[in-house]
Amino acid sequence: MTAAESGTREKIYEVDELTRVEGEGSLVLHVRKGKVLEARLRIFEAPRYFEQIVVERTPDEVIDIVARICGICPVAYQMSAVHAFEDLFGVKVDPEVRALRRLLYCGEWIESHALHIYLLHLPDFLGYDSAIALAHDDRPAVERGLRMKKIGNRILEILGGRPIHPVSVRVGGFSRAPRRADLEPLRAPLAAALEDAKETVKLVAGLTAPEFEREPRMVALHHPKEYPYNHGHIQSTDGVDLRPSDWDRAFREVQVEGSMALHARTKDGATYLLGPASRITLDAEQLHPIARELLAETGMADAIRTNIYWSVLARAIELTHAIAEAIDIVDGYRPPIESRVAWTPKSGVAAWSTEAPRGLLFHRYEIDGRGRVSAAQIVPPTSQNQGAIEDDLRRFAPRIIDLPDDEATLRLEQLIRSYDPCISCATHFLDVRILRD
Amino acid sequence: MAAMAHPTEHGHGGHAHSNEHGHAARGGTPRPRVAVVKFASCDGCQLTILDLEDLLLELSEHFEIVDFPEASSARSNGPYDVLFVEGSVSTPDHLRRIGELRKQARVLVTIGACATSGGIQALRNWADHDAYRAAVYPTPEFVESLARATPIAEHVPVDFELRGCPISPDQLVELLTALVTGRRPQLRDEAVCMECKRRGVVCVMSAQGIACLGQVTQTGCGAICPRMGRGCYGCFGPREQANAAGLARYLQASGERSAEEVGQLFAGFTAYSEPFRSTITDLGGTRGARRTGGAGHVAGGAYPPPGGAATGRASYLPGRPRMEGIDDDGR
Repeated sequence: MTAAESGTREKIYEVDELTRVEGEGSLVLHVRKGKVLEARLRIFEAPRYFEQIVVERTPDEVIDIVARICGICPVAYQMSAVHAFEDLFGVKVDPEVRALRRLLYCGEWIESHALHIYLLHLPDFLGYDSAIALAHDDRPAVERGLRMKKIGNRILEILGGRPIHPVSVRVGGFSRAPRRADLEPLRAPLAAALEDAKETVKLVAGLTAPEFEREPRMVALHHPKEYPYNHGHIQSTDGVDLRPSDWDRAFREVQVEGSMALHARTKDGATYLLGPASRITLDAEQLHPIARELLAETGMADAIRTNIYWSVLARAIELTHAIAEAIDIVDGYRPPIESRVAWTPKSGVAAWSTEAPRGLLFHRYEIDGRGRVSAAQIVPPTSQNQGAIEDDLRRFAPRIIDLPDDEATLRLEQLIRSYDPCISCATHFLDVRILRD
Repeated sequence: MAAMAHPTEHGHGGHAHSNEHGHAARGGTPRPRVAVVKFASCDGCQLTILDLEDLLLELSEHFEIVDFPEASSARSNGPYDVLFVEGSVSTPDHLRRIGELRKQARVLVTIGACATSGGIQALRNWADHDAYRAAVYPTPEFVESLARATPIAEHVPVDFELRGCPISPDQLVELLTALVTGRRPQLRDEAVCMECKRRGVVCVMSAQGIACLGQVTQTGCGAICPRMGRGCYGCFGPREQANAAGLARYLQASGERSAEEVGQLFAGFTAYSEPFRSTITDLGGTRGARRTGGAGHVAGGAYPPPGGAATGRASYLPGRPRMEGIDDDGR
């Protein structure tokens, strides 16, 4: 972490390696006379060529492979892929399979949000280097986060065999669906987790966030009857309304000047924001009643919309939602009649978007006559958010240039962590261009 | 610290046993200094450390976690008593870093399929990298990428390895416990088949005709794929003396699978580990690398596959070929 100064009015803030984010990235902010010359979030993960690796593979193989893009949100990758294939092949899954897939996503959201709030983000607000340091002073808080994280992982383990890279998601359903008794051990800990989540909302609503108001364009899936995981239309605060397969009708990827990176923009070149704050803004009506009430009690829906630091509260509300919905699904579960329905492949374009914990994740696969992938495009949430992150860095910079260097860089890092960037995912946007140029 | 296990394999000479850097733990003994670094990977194996949940805070009482950028903003250079390495060596910078890191680490532990075998990205090792990269990037000179993605042990001595995509939390705890108490970790080297037997899981291959790599794959996962009703896909890598070629012949003969399809079964997360590597090569390389548009007869892995396998009726079972060189218990 350095802030080099030349003269009195020019400063370059550099964070060589961002910490408490998923993956490896760095930050450069170059300010001269109060004017931001450059604000760049750089990603230096090694390219892993995923869009090439899936070429010539079968749909079920792709589901296993794309999970490995990200150890934090493998379910999101499996869900976008499986729904893309089923949409093209005309597969109708059992309603209980649909519910189980929501439960699986609940597990990933609970795990990821609890991890982000307590282990990655809360230490910023409270002035610690890490959750382990925080635990020295407030062990019960950290333990609360770990308890919720654990129940999220337990859901993934029961449905998919293990929390990271679960194995049961297949085109047509699951390789094995749980019996009712398999879900029984989730009940008591989920009930306890709901109380922990309410406590979390109370805790984070009482934090102090830096003042930083702006009105970003927000994008999320929207479904009239449910909070969005796997279904719904792609909607935005400025009127976009598209099927989840049609992302590329409103958005596109552009090469960033002077870098290998691809960022996503709207077709007219504007940046946009994905993730919990956008979902709360576009989908608050569809929250579980328990979460919706909590949000109303905080009276901070508007703060979530206009100040990205409050994404920590958006995450806590969604954590409550995911736990409350998981309880409902477990309570109402009947094993599906067919855990996996028969299907045959078709050639064509398989595309779909689902809501990863950190935002909308779009997959597009071209399927050949033998049912294999001939080309792939994967647009992860972090590469879509990157433009909005850099916009915010530029806007935010003037507020911190008079602060001592250490504090200024800390504020910048905290800002970036507010987006929950998943850099392991975003790196492969390097590959996306590959197949189309 | 004196009690800490000293690696016997690839013993790394020249490092002092005592630790002058450990801070006093609650009990007053210095804790081993632990760091976690990553190369090309998905972060899932280091996340497994955070997934220890109940044990995570206790862990910090026994170890001083001095560098773990994904979890803490506090940073430290070496030397380290224990260095966990995630990911495969995939860029020129990785090559430089792994050599330097080895010098800083008393005990180096590779975690996960990427670090121990190259990972899924090692599938590019079958392709012509220059042509591949040029086809891929308009300005390939910007792309810092090596021709092959390789396991850490190909570059520096490794003291212990934890397999898996991702690693098993149980094996991680076993290793950590062994390091603290100064004994050798008990990590089983046996086939996934043994795990199925112990757990009473009905064999998916003999009962349902599902292709399964369980008999050539090292256990550690708890046989989750067979338990979840599908075949093992080898993510813990080959166990010692695995007869991959024998299994490949059996899979071709028993399930009307083409050489290409059987090759794809091995072309997964530990593809670059021998003998999976040579089995894939013998079966014609990876599909993605060849892109021949060849004649696979099963269209895109329909479910259930034509021919009746995986339907629960093992229609080909009568008169199936002997499993050459492979006993029923997977040995």
